[in-house]
Amino acid sequence: MARKRSLGRRIGLVACHVVLMTGGLLMVLPMLWMLVTAFKSAAEIAIWPPVFLPKEWSFENFSGAFETAPFARFFLNSVLIAVVSTVSVIVTSLVAGTVFGKYQFPGRGLLFGMVLATAIVPFEAYMIPLYIQLVDIEWVNTYQGIILPYLFMAFGIFLMRQHVSSAIPTELMEAGRVDGAGEWWIMARVIAPLSGNALSAVGIFAFIQGWGIFIWPLLVANDQMLFNMELGLTAFQFRFSADTGKLMAGSVVSVVPMLIVFILLRRRIIENMALTGLKG
Amino acid sequence: MLFCYVALLPIVALFLYVRIIPIGFSFLLSFYKWNLISPRRPFVGFDNYLGLLDDENFILALKNTTIYSFSTVLLSTAIALPLAVFLSRKSRLSAFYQTVYFLPVITPMVPVSIAWKWIYDYNYGILNYGFSLVGLPSVPWLTDPDIALWALVVMGVWKVLGYNMVLFLVGIRNIPLEYMEAASLDGASDWQRFWRITLPLLRPILLYVLVTSTIAAYNVFTQVYVMTLGSQSAPGQAVRMLVFDIYTNGFQFFRMGYASAEAVILTLIVLGLTVVQFSLVREDKVKEG
Repeated sequence: MARKRSLGRRIGLVACHVVLMTGGLLMVLPMLWMLVTAFKSAAEIAIWPPVFLPKEWSFENFSGAFETAPFARFFLNSVLIAVVSTVSVIVTSLVAGTVFGKYQFPGRGLLFGMVLATAIVPFEAYMIPLYIQLVDIEWVNTYQGIILPYLFMAFGIFLMRQHVSSAIPTELMEAGRVDGAGEWWIMARVIAPLSGNALSAVGIFAFIQGWGIFIWPLLVANDQMLFNMELGLTAFQFRFSADTGKLMAGSVVSVVPMLIVFILLRRRIIENMALTGLKG
Repeated sequence: MLFCYVALLPIVALFLYVRIIPIGFSFLLSFYKWNLISPRRPFVGFDNYLGLLDDENFILALKNTTIYSFSTVLLSTAIALPLAVFLSRKSRLSAFYQTVYFLPVITPMVPVSIAWKWIYDYNYGILNYGFSLVGLPSVPWLTDPDIALWALVVMGVWKVLGYNMVLFLVGIRNIPLEYMEAASLDGASDWQRFWRITLPLLRPILLYVLVTSTIAAYNVFTQVYVMTLGSQSAPGQAVRMLVFDIYTNGFQFFRMGYASAEAVILTLIVLGLTVVQFSLVREDKVKEG
């Protein structure tokens, strides 16, 4: 009896793994399909039934895409946007998180409440007025205009406030003050080094977000030279929608940096996403 | 104290300029008629809102977005929950599965949408090839207006599944083992343990995931933009969504006031969902207390 049950269990377990493996294959299939298509010749893309792997792996689509459209420029723009946004989000989250987490001052509740209350409002709901404001200061079609809304992250401020108020001992800051350290020095030399995990979580979020922004550049970047990868890809798709190979090559180029980040930091990313998601 | 204000000043100023002011401005603008260029900006009261009530495109967008959001969220939750239950057991492959299922979450939306558009392609798509292998006819996934929305739902589920799964997984792992052991000693089956222990204790996280992913789904835009662009695309009407309608009215027809009224409706929907979540969680706390 007992043996029969354990056999049933084992079969159940194997069935579960089969389901999970099949599901996992479906999860990566779109990306794999994109990848192999990018390496196929135009003739091989348009055959039926389709073949999965290209007969000859060709880089033609990549070179072709970079010749047809300034993808190199798009790529650099994406890097610029993501890096500036990440650095700024880390700094602003550290500063605001520390001040909200460890200092008492009139207006603290009001200011933090303001950050908290508006965090839920989606960007898409106020992008029009923001666009009009940028028209007024003539920042439409500029790098600073594209990056502006991504210089801070309400969520990063919460996370750092939470971390600083619970994980940094106030005595450590007091000790610094007794030694004559200023508040900025304490923030940079006491709090920041003890906040590696939280800051890297914020940074990873900011980088993933900054790399993928689309609707805002779509509104404010009219000059092709300012396009990021995402916008450049849709512009390319609009003009050469039949050129699947090059389109896939461009898509691969846009996905690869995220894949590298993910492969290097996957455990940390998954843990961070889970924990921070739950705290939010 | 001076330090606090000096440190916060640039951040608060930025926050006011890129968030608080536009949010307020958005409400204000929704009562005006303005094309972005004209020096005239007449106050029209509730006309924009009344106009929305008669606007077929807006009603359609609201309907499509609602169907999309609820279907995506319910389907992805229904799949993610059993996956998380299974992965919560000690298994050597657990980390591997997590990585694989999480992959779509971090990939940018534009290239992923382009890849899916190619998968859905009527003539050369791998999905129709799969159908042909089992003897089913080819389906015009994107070009058929009755199917296109569901094609977007499938892609939406694919994108968000791993995120929901990981959140559930953390929630399940936080359930004290003693509960499960006690239940097993009392002879509870796996099913009973799931329904009587796991699910009730997971309720706060379940609520959180349901509400936040519904909010996120209401802002769907990029996939719609990519899937309706170029040849072999979805017909715009079939997958017209709220943010796409806002974008069209605001930046193709330059009806800034009108588009702002739509944006206000989107804000109200999101706020409504948030209130629902808060009140449900509070209800839980009152019951426990």
